[in-house]
Formats: sequence, structure tokens, C-alpha cells
Amino acid sequence: MRLSKSLLVAALASAIALPAAAQQITGAGATFPAPVYAKWGEAAKAAIGIELNYQAIGSGGGQNQIFNRTVDFGASDAPVDADKLVANKLLQFPAVMGAVVPIVNLPGIAADQVKLTGDLIAQIYLGKVTKWNDPKIVTLNAGVTLPNLAIAPVYRADGSGTTFVFTSYLSVANADWKSGIGAGSSVKWAAGNGAKGNDGVAATVRQVKGGIGYVENAYATQNKLTTTQLRNKAGNFVKPTLAAFSEAAASGDWKNAKNYAVDLIDTAGPASWPIVSATFILLPTDPKDPARSANVMKFFDWAYKNGSDIAKGLEYIALPTAVQDAVRASWKSDIKG
Amino acid sequence: MSQTVAAPARSRRPLGDLAFEVLATAAGILVLALLGAIIVSLFIGGLPAFRQFGVGFLTSADWDPVQQVFGAVVPIYGTIITSILALLMAVPVAFGIAFWLTELAPAWLRRPVGTAVELLAAVPSIIYGMWGFFIIVPFMGDYIQPFLIDWLGDLPLVGFLFQGPPFGTGIFTAALILAVMVIPFIAATMRDVFQTVPPVFKESAYGLGCTTWEVMRSIVIPYTSTSVVGGIMLGLGRALGETMAVTFVIGNTNRISTSLFGPGNTIASLVALEFPESPAGSLKLASLLALGFLLFVISFIVLAISRLLLRKGKPA
Repeated sequence: MRLSKSLLVAALASAIALPAAAQQITGAGATFPAPVYAKWGEAAKAAIGIELNYQAIGSGGGQNQIFNRTVDFGASDAPVDADKLVANKLLQFPAVMGAVVPIVNLPGIAADQVKLTGDLIAQIYLGKVTKWNDPKIVTLNAGVTLPNLAIAPVYRADGSGTTFVFTSYLSVANADWKSGIGAGSSVKWAAGNGAKGNDGVAATVRQVKGGIGYVENAYATQNKLTTTQLRNKAGNFVKPTLAAFSEAAASGDWKNAKNYAVDLIDTAGPASWPIVSATFILLPTDPKDPARSANVMKFFDWAYKNGSDIAKGLEYIALPTAVQDAVRASWKSDIKG
Repeated sequence: MSQTVAAPARSRRPLGDLAFEVLATAAGILVLALLGAIIVSLFIGGLPAFRQFGVGFLTSADWDPVQQVFGAVVPIYGTIITSILALLMAVPVAFGIAFWLTELAPAWLRRPVGTAVELLAAVPSIIYGMWGFFIIVPFMGDYIQPFLIDWLGDLPLVGFLFQGPPFGTGIFTAALILAVMVIPFIAATMRDVFQTVPPVFKESAYGLGCTTWEVMRSIVIPYTSTSVVGGIMLGLGRALGETMAVTFVIGNTNRISTSLFGPGNTIASLVALEFPESPAGSLKLASLLALGFLLFVISFIVLAISRLLLRKGKPA
């Protein structure tokens, strides 16, 4: 019975897409890791014959879809509450990590030249610091001539995991932000303009002189946007490099994180980039069709083993090996096959 | 229409006629049922928000997904203000187009220009959105807004309308794009109703020595006024519900800005942006559905008024 069903699925898949014998798995959710899932999907289809059909509909949508079991796995940037995981019979595990970077548009200023702190960015987005030549910014940037320009903050108007990561960082960095606005996939912004998607934010910042925004790092690198340095918890100014992201990922407290919901915001490493986050996969512990769930695990097992170069190429960070092994153990113990 | 065609011999109609009548009636009722079902499902979906916030949902300008507090004032304000501004810009231009097409244009130009107007109406809204974002927004931000802010921003009484940083986006830009989008609708309606004026009326006026403008003002406009208003209302209906084009250019901010260049939000745009990140059963989703219901009510009122005016305007 099971065999015939998977044969049917294979037949359907080959009828739709020409390469034969590819088994399809479906996932939906987070937009933040969508580029790396797409590349993994292509590579995995060639390597192990599993074809991933991933819909980047947003983390909230991904949670809804897996709660209703309309997809094989859900994906979410924000970890799901522990009681919700239990209620919906889901196992949560991290897939990959990524970083969010600030971008600016200042005439005559190159990438990673301006130094900022989380506290300062929070004050900018709160509308308290409104000029680029504000003394608070000038004192951090000796040697850089900052123009007398109004700061134009730009944020994601659509609910997004990138906003969740960014506002989580601002909540850690600034007490007013934490009490007044907080962290979420969309928040009550106090100043600035909203734009749709990473591309909308990037284009708006590019168009408005004095603009500042935030995008996921892969997007900033691909489009050669003007990023900034940030001060981390250790007090050092760091540039957004893969080394800085990896150090942040390594300094996370994975052992004590329940459901792998590790906090990678503003970690203590001396060279850590402060805005790093893991993104999560939600897999049913009582799968309707165990064969498809098995393929999902096979897919991520392959991605853990062979996908780190692809992730690196897109400036995402692969999970530490110890975490990968822990996830594999969870698959074995928690998923009914 | 259907009532005027009376069936004289209901008893001995062939079966085919009866079957056709049943099918046609069913199709008509289906539309009504669908409309009702959409309204009811939106209302039920939005009920948790109405229950939680009561009348406050209609009077609160707070939209705070983190604190789970939602109010509809900002998007309702944005929806109405952009639509009205768009009409203020669109109606004179549309009137000019219709006037020119019916009274002034040389006959060989009427067809191509008339077709061009209709083609404009068929352009998908996402195209207007992208054009607005990549062409109009930088143009507004670099030239129009700084100029207006410099010249009008310091005026007493009305100066506050023209202040703030020149982002290029905002209420004014959104209204401009909406105006471009509704002009073809209004112009086409106006042209059609202007053409319904019996030539003998106009010829009599010309015979009395009226100028073209006097004929337009004293004969054509009074004869067609209600239909013209109906056409404008149709344009308003489109402006109220427009989503993608507005999303690109309005600035997407849940604050009420006094400046015309300030960012804002509309109901349709907010719903489209926030929907993907609203988990099932959440208050946010309920609030978005409630907003959809309110937009339905607003559009329904506008369209009902337009239908009423159009019906009255039909010459007997």
C-alpha cells in the first residue's frame, strides 16, 4: 500500500516535471531562508532524487499550513512556543542560520565605513536621533565626515522574519524599544516609511539620501548594498562577514535551548556579529504519511552533510556539527515512522 | 428589465423555456448568495476583533501587533483621503478628455484616443505600482516634493500640509497614481453619457449663438449630470479597493500624518501586507478580516449611491 502510494507520487511528479523518479516533498513558510532552501532543493534533486517544493509564504503562513497538515513541513523564523508545539504535535529543529545587516545611503560613504550601535539604531527608529551629523553618531565615527542630512528610516511593511530578528536585536539593545515597541514580525513603528520585501527596502534606501534600512545579509551581498559596522556585546566594532556570523553561531547556548529555540542575538563572542538568527523547520511527530516525512528528514540530513558550501555561497551559516547530531537524535526518538 | 417582459401564457410554455428560466434565475440568485456569503464570512471572521475592541475598533488609531491592540482609524483614513484626493485630480482631467473627445477632437482622432483611454483602463495595477515606485517616487522625491515643501511649507494655515522629509512616497503620491488609474474609467463613462445628449438640443443652442463651452455648460452637463456623478462614483469604487499600486507608493505606515507627503496606509494595502504573518485564530487575523468587512461596507455604500444616480440619470 505504502509502496503503491509512493509510486503514484513518483508517477505524478514525473508527469509534471520531466526528470523521472524524483520524490516530491512540500514545505511552506519562512522567507528568510528561502534562497538557500531553493538551492538545496536543486542540488538534492540531482543527488538523492528528492524534489523540494517550497513556498515562501511567510512564517505565520508556514505555521498555519503545518498546523493544518497541508504540507509535509512548515518553516518559521521565530521559534514556536513550546505549548503550541505540543498541542500541534510538532518537532521543531533548526535548518540554517542567517544574519541581518543595516544598510545606509550616505553620499560619499562606502560599505562598512560607518559605525553604529544597536542602541543608536533603536533611537533612530524611535525617531529620537534624526540627523546623520547628530553628536551621538559623530563621536562613534571619528575620521568619517557625516553629512547634515535627515535620517530616513525604512522598514519592512509586510510581516517578516527579518523584522522579527531585527526588532529582537533592538529590544536587547535599547530598553525604550523593549518597553515601547518590542519584537515581532510586524511592530508598531514609531518613525520612518515601510516598503515591501527585502527588495522594496533596498530600493527605497537607495532612492532616499540619508536612508537607513535592514535586509538579510545574502540580499545585501548580492546587490552590493552599503552595509555598516556594528558594536557587539564585547564592545568591538565588527563588519558583517561570514567569520563574524559563524562566531555568533558558535557562541550560542545550544545545549540549554529547549526545542532548539536558541538565542543568537547579541552573543558574547569577541568578533560576533550581533544580529544573527536560526530559522526553524516544523515536522509533525505523528505524520499522516511517514514516507513523506522520512523524505523530509532525508532531505535535511543531506543538507546538513552536503549543503554547507551552498549555504556559505549565499552567506548563510551551517549548523555546528554537534547540533546536527542532536537533531538527528531527535528525529529518531520523536518522529513516529 | 425582466419585470417589463411579462409572460402572457405562463401555462402552456414548453419545458425548454421553463428550464432556461430556472437556470437563469439560479445564476442571478447565485451572485446574490455569493455576495451575501462573502459579507457574512468576513463579518464572522472579524467578529473576535469587533468583540474585543467594540466601537473602539472604529475609533482607535493604534495598530500594535506586539501588544495585540488593533484599531482601524489609520487605514480607513488613508483609504478615504487617498481616494478623495485622487478624484480631485482625476475628475478635471477626465472631464477634459471627454469634452475634447465629444466636442473638439477631429473625427479621425476620436477613435484612436478613445481606444487609448480604454486601453489605459486595462493596464494591470501591479504595472502602475512598479511604474509609480521606480519612476514617479524618485521624481516626486527629487523635484516635486522639495519644491512644494520649500514654497508652501511655510505658509500660514495650509503650510502643515506640505511639510516633512521628501521620501517621494506618501499619501500624495498614492493619490496621484490612483488618479492615473481611475481617469480612464471616469473619462470613458463621461464620453459615453455626453454622446447620449440628443443632437437637436445642442444644435438648437448653437443656433442661438452659444459657444462650444456654453453648450457644454448649459446643455450637456445639466442633461447628463447624474450619470456623470455615477461615473465618478465608479472611479471612486476602484480607488477605494486598489491594493498593489498603493502598497508600492504609500509608505505603509500606521500613523496619521498631517502632511500630504507623509506616509500612510490603506485598508486593502494593510490587509495584503499583514496577511501572510497572521496565524490562524489570532486576533490580528480577525482584525484584518474585520478591516476587509469595513472596506466592503464602504465600497458597497459608494457603489449603491452610484447605481442610484446612474438609474435616475437614464433619460426616460
